[in-house]
Amino acid sequence: MDILISGLLLGGTYALMAMGLNLQYGVARIMNLANGEMLVLGGLSAFWLFTASAVSPLLTAIIIAPLSFIGNWLIYRYLLLPLVRRSKNQGQLEVDSILATFGMSFALVGVMVSIHGEYFTYSYLADPLSVFGSTVALNRAVAFVAAVAIGGALYFWLNRTYAGTAVRAVSVSAEASGLVGINVDRISAFAFALGGAVTAIGGTLISTFITLDASIGVLFTMKALIIIIMGGVGDIRGAIIAALILGLVETAVATIVDPGLTLASAYVIFLAVLLFRPQGLFGRRTT
Amino acid sequence: MKRRTLVTGVGKGLLAAGISGLLVTSALSADPIKIGVVEHKTGPLAGGEVVTHTPNIELWVSQVNARGGLKVDGEQRMVEIVRYDDKTDPAEHIKAVQRLATQDEVDFMLSPYGTGFNIAAAPIYAKYNYPLIAVSAITDKIPELAKRFPNMFFTLGTTTGFVEGVRDTLTKMRDAGAIGNKIAMVNVADAFGIELADKARPILTEAGFEIVYDKSYPLGTPDISPVVKGAKASKPDAFVAWSYPPDTFAITEQAIIEDFDVKAFYTAVATCFPAYAGKFGSKINGSLGAGGVNPDTPAMQEYRKAHKEVTGKDADYWASATYYASLQILEQAIEGVGKVDRAATIDYIKNNSFDTVLGAISFDENNNSERYWSVGQWRDGVFRAVADVGMGDSVAAVAKEGWN
Repeated sequence: MDILISGLLLGGTYALMAMGLNLQYGVARIMNLANGEMLVLGGLSAFWLFTASAVSPLLTAIIIAPLSFIGNWLIYRYLLLPLVRRSKNQGQLEVDSILATFGMSFALVGVMVSIHGEYFTYSYLADPLSVFGSTVALNRAVAFVAAVAIGGALYFWLNRTYAGTAVRAVSVSAEASGLVGINVDRISAFAFALGGAVTAIGGTLISTFITLDASIGVLFTMKALIIIIMGGVGDIRGAIIAALILGLVETAVATIVDPGLTLASAYVIFLAVLLFRPQGLFGRRTT
Repeated sequence: MKRRTLVTGVGKGLLAAGISGLLVTSALSADPIKIGVVEHKTGPLAGGEVVTHTPNIELWVSQVNARGGLKVDGEQRMVEIVRYDDKTDPAEHIKAVQRLATQDEVDFMLSPYGTGFNIAAAPIYAKYNYPLIAVSAITDKIPELAKRFPNMFFTLGTTTGFVEGVRDTLTKMRDAGAIGNKIAMVNVADAFGIELADKARPILTEAGFEIVYDKSYPLGTPDISPVVKGAKASKPDAFVAWSYPPDTFAITEQAIIEDFDVKAFYTAVATCFPAYAGKFGSKINGSLGAGGVNPDTPAMQEYRKAHKEVTGKDADYWASATYYASLQILEQAIEGVGKVDRAATIDYIKNNSFDTVLGAISFDENNNSERYWSVGQWRDGVFRAVADVGMGDSVAAVAKEGWN
């Protein structure tokens, strides 16, 4: 029971890390290597507002959502759209966006170091919560609930609304979507901005239980990449399921076998998925 | 005409001020002494460097320059710091050190943060004859290193010294009846954590302790709860974690959530950080960790006060003071030699005793200062040393009374 609950909570954390990048990569086709930094930036805001003026990180998450949406929209509009326009194919766009966002990640790290170079560590909702007899941290449980809410809302929006359908269409084929009258640039900018906002919200919540620092973003980018590649690029369901699988397996291995093998187990699953389902759990086979 | 008047006017003025001000002018015109340092401004070790090293450099430079600089060659020379960021990357680090030596031609260099970085950079310091007063470098290889690099000095102790500090603390607590002899031990699967755990197994076992839980976890583990749950389930009397900063915070938080109530709770690096107390407040009263200081000496109190005033931050309760002491040693050695002569400075450091914030420091035949605190305990907001080597001023550890 401990394994199940701790594992699900960890999975929720992973989902928070990965959903944003999934939108950015899956729809806007931007392989955003600065995604982890965006997450840490969310964490930094939460830390800073909490220690300076005792603002609850949950409130920070609500404040940060529109701000990061606007920030990411501007980034897409003015830094990335020129790359999208000039690239002749998906491969070139990937190389260009990797280079551009890699550079951006350094700039963001520099900004964060100049704001606060130490660990972003504070205590918020670090209280025990008993779930079916298993003790968990309240802040993790809150993050899990938020992950479920965000994941559910995204899934509903993508699959049940007109705008969401347009987003999915762009993720399937930008060219064909353009032909049927979808404003691809606008949808891509929207998806990128939304992805950034989801990531930043994730960061504010994650900072309540993981000690972040300005340079730690790359670890989150890597984890998010593994999850979305496992789940299938562009599929929100896939990212959530992959995140939960990773969380459950890591917790099970740590509890039953040895905590030292969690990383190894994560990569074994990743390899297995790549070997037997290279397009990801819910991915479409490219034709 | 007008211009000439102005020039003569200024000329006369200068002449008048000139003779009496000759000494002042020459002191002002003296080139600064350039001191180089390669820092981890970003990357995994940045969070530690910025707490333990950076503010001390700022403090020391402001103090030295406030009194006019270092006395060298019969004049006062200001100190100027040349710094590079290595992104916590050893290859970048070496390149930057090389650059400091050959391009910037700095007069002296300060030691880097982290055992690996000190050892990696040592050959370049040795090649160009820079004294390397290592602080954040804890290793059992001091005799070998000192033989290979006669310019390298050690101030913060050995791995074995740290483990023995924990052993002695726990043994005393056991003898006093505060704890039994079951220990749960975990370590981060990275250089320092692995080395400490490997040393601790035989040392703790020989001291009659039984290690009932012994696991490692990868660096950057996002959820430490299985480890803490496992340790708690083994029902130990004492808990020892050879941990790094992020996991020190995570393990402590999880122990509070799980109400993991042991009488001796030890986490390694970063337990001494002011941010640790800032995060957990009074809950960590009685928690043990690596480091500790004697906060009661006048030198230490004066240092902590100046640190707070100049940098706006509290010094950590471990290597901060030692790093500051390393700067004091360098300062006294440079002034003792009386000129910028690195080889003579190295000799001076070897053969003299220095008056520092830690008290008198001198180096033995292995270039090692056998004076350091190894275990500290949080007592009412202060992290007091409860075990030491050569200091003799630590207090007895008390049993931890829950997480309140």
